[in-house]
This record gives sequence, C-alpha cells and structure tokens, in this order.
Amino acid sequence: MESLISLFVRSIFVDNMIFAFFLGMCSYLAVSKTVKTAVGLGLAVTFVLVVTLPVNYLLQTKVLAVEGILGVDLTFLSFILFIAVIAGIVQLVEMVVEKYAPALYSSLGIFLPLIAVNCAIMGASLFMQQRIGLDATDPKAITGLGSAFVYALGSGIGWFVAIVALAAVREKMAYSNVPAPLRGLGITFIVVGLMAMSFMCFSGLKL
Amino acid sequence: MSELFSKKNKEAFLNPLGSNNPVTVQVLGICSALAVTAQLEPAIVMGISVTVIVAMANVIISLLRKTIPNRIRIIVQLVVVASLVTIVSEILKAFAYDVSVQLSVYIGLIITNCILMGRLEAFAMQNGPWESLLDGIGNGLGYAKILIIVAFFRELLGSGSLFGYQIIPNCAYEAGYVNNGLMLLAPMALVIVGCIIWWQRAHNKDLQEK
Repeated sequence: MESLISLFVRSIFVDNMIFAFFLGMCSYLAVSKTVKTAVGLGLAVTFVLVVTLPVNYLLQTKVLAVEGILGVDLTFLSFILFIAVIAGIVQLVEMVVEKYAPALYSSLGIFLPLIAVNCAIMGASLFMQQRIGLDATDPKAITGLGSAFVYALGSGIGWFVAIVALAAVREKMAYSNVPAPLRGLGITFIVVGLMAMSFMCFSGLKL
Repeated sequence: MSELFSKKNKEAFLNPLGSNNPVTVQVLGICSALAVTAQLEPAIVMGISVTVIVAMANVIISLLRKTIPNRIRIIVQLVVVASLVTIVSEILKAFAYDVSVQLSVYIGLIITNCILMGRLEAFAMQNGPWESLLDGIGNGLGYAKILIIVAFFRELLGSGSLFGYQIIPNCAYEAGYVNNGLMLLAPMALVIVGCIIWWQRAHNKDLQEK
C-alpha cells in the first residue's frame, strides 16, 4: 500500500508527464487557451490513460513476454499492439463524448481523435514497459495490475494539473503587454519552462 | 525531369526548412524535440530517424491513398508508421546500441510524433508519391534543424562540449568559468525553443500573432 501511494505521488509531481518528459506537448500547447477546454481535455486524457495502461500491461506481461501464454518473446511487436489498443479505445471515447457531451465534443474539435497520437498516452505505456523489469524495492517499479492502474491515474492527474495551470496563466496573460514577436507561442514556451523549473523542486521528494 | 523539380515541388521541400517549419511554426513534434536535445549526438540520430520515417511513411500512404477507406484512415496510418518505427528501433538497437539506450522511449514515441500524422493527413493523402517524398524529407530536415540548434546550445553551455569533445578550454575553468548545469535540465529546452521562435518571428513579421 505504501509503495502504491509513493508511486502515485511520484507520478503526479516528480515524474510529471509534461514538466519532466515533455509528453503530450502538441495538444498541451494548442488546447490550453481557456480553462474550460483544458479541463475537458485533461479529463479525457486521464480517462484514456487509466483505461489503456492496464490493458497494455496485461498484453505486455501475459502475451508478449517470454513468460506469456505463447511462450515466445514478441516484445518487438509492442509498438504496433500498444498503438492499436490506444487508437481503438480513443475511438470509443470519441463516440461516447459525441453522444453525451456534444458541447465538449465541438470545443475539443480535432484534438479528441488526436488523443490517439498524444505522446502522453503512448509514452506512459512505454515507460510502463521499461518499469516492469525494475527491482520491486525501486519506488518506480510497476509490479502488478494495481500499480499499473495507480501509475496511469497519477500520470493522468499530473497532466491534468499541468494543462489547467497553464490555461489559467494564459487567460491572465491576455491582459499583459507581451512583445509582438513573442506573443502566442513564444511566451507560452517560456512560461512552461518557468513552470517546469518550479516543479523541479519536487524532485527531491522522498516518501 | 524538369517536371520533377517544378516550382511547387521545390516549395514542398524548402518551405518546411524556413517559413513553415514543423516545430516553430506548425507546432508539431515538440515532445521529442525537447527531450533528446541535451547532447548533439542523440539529437542528430533522432533527426535522421524522423526524416527517414516521415519520408517513407509519406510515400507509402500516398501510394495507398486511393484504396484507404476514409473512416479507418487513422488506424491504417498508425499501423504503417508503427511498423516503420519498429524497423528503425531494431536497426538502432543492433548498430548504435548506446544511442538507442540514451533515446529510450523517445524512439517509440516517433509513432505519436505529431509531424508524422500531420504530414500524412495534410499532404500525403492528397498528393502523389514523389511530392510526398519531397515533403517528407523537407519536414524531417526542418525538424532536425531545430533539434540541432537546441542541442548545440544546450551541450555547449551545459557541459562545455560538442559531440562529447571538450570545447571550453581548461584555462577558462581555472579562471572561474562554471558550466550552466540548468541547461541540461528539462526547463531550459523549453526556454531555448521559445527564444528560437522569438528570433524567427522578429525577422518574419507575417508569422506574428496579434
């Protein structure tokens, strides 16, 4: 239990998807103009992560690895299988959102189907693949389905926190006088850099 | 022959290197551009890998474009890209193991690199294989260019070396010069890309946002 809480807190603050690994930057920069859409995309990403990561964990350990049911090392196929799982689940989420939250659907626009190619989702699966082999005492290790779920939830919440924080800063920034060439994209990069610096103070965190 | 290098094709190749750069103007493929640029060598390997994969994927999708049903095109594109990335990743593991360890998950993440999906959707689905090849190489090189610029500054200021060879002379260190360790950490990559965008937009007023 202790290790699960530690993994959870670490994946939100220390191994934050945006500030430590830059994963999911494209949609992060494009959809963070208003807090409302940012919240929507953050929730969608968290949800897709929580669903796909445990599925990919089971695929990796039960099918692809040597110890799996096939008894052959198929890990070189992991890229194709992971992305197929992710694309399928995103399609499902898209249909559900279109049916039950059409306003959110139209405000997310092209970025909902693009969650399939959001690096944060694929990146979390690839990090999970790396972390399976780690020693069980390592705070980063993923030892079972439970910790895979907790890791997905933590990473998703970390991404959510990051995009909502940036959207809030950008809404305020509408009132500031930014030099013309820096306006829009340039200043956003620098703001994210400063936010990443402040998040680095968590890196010494021990639980 | 002259048709192969018509004005339109030249633009497809040259625009991504300058005024329509995938990273600084189209805002695609930022994730890996920031993560692999602490040193020059992995940045160059990454740039070459992406160029090869974008060019090949563009050609394959452009050859298939008339047979792909519209509804499942994203899945088809992803499968093509994922197979190419798997091949590149296996080649790197076999011939450049150290670099592939340094790049770790970011090679796999080429699959979700927005440059690929962006170019496949916006260009290869409408154009023939030759134009798509040029467009792919152009965008790949435009991406590699930004990677190399960022990696150059980060490695020079962060560890005082280029390609692992020391550039800042020892006498400078004796006189009290200290490497800026912050350059090697994640936040400075963002700030450097921000500054490149600043510089580019200061020179090209059309790109400025209101």
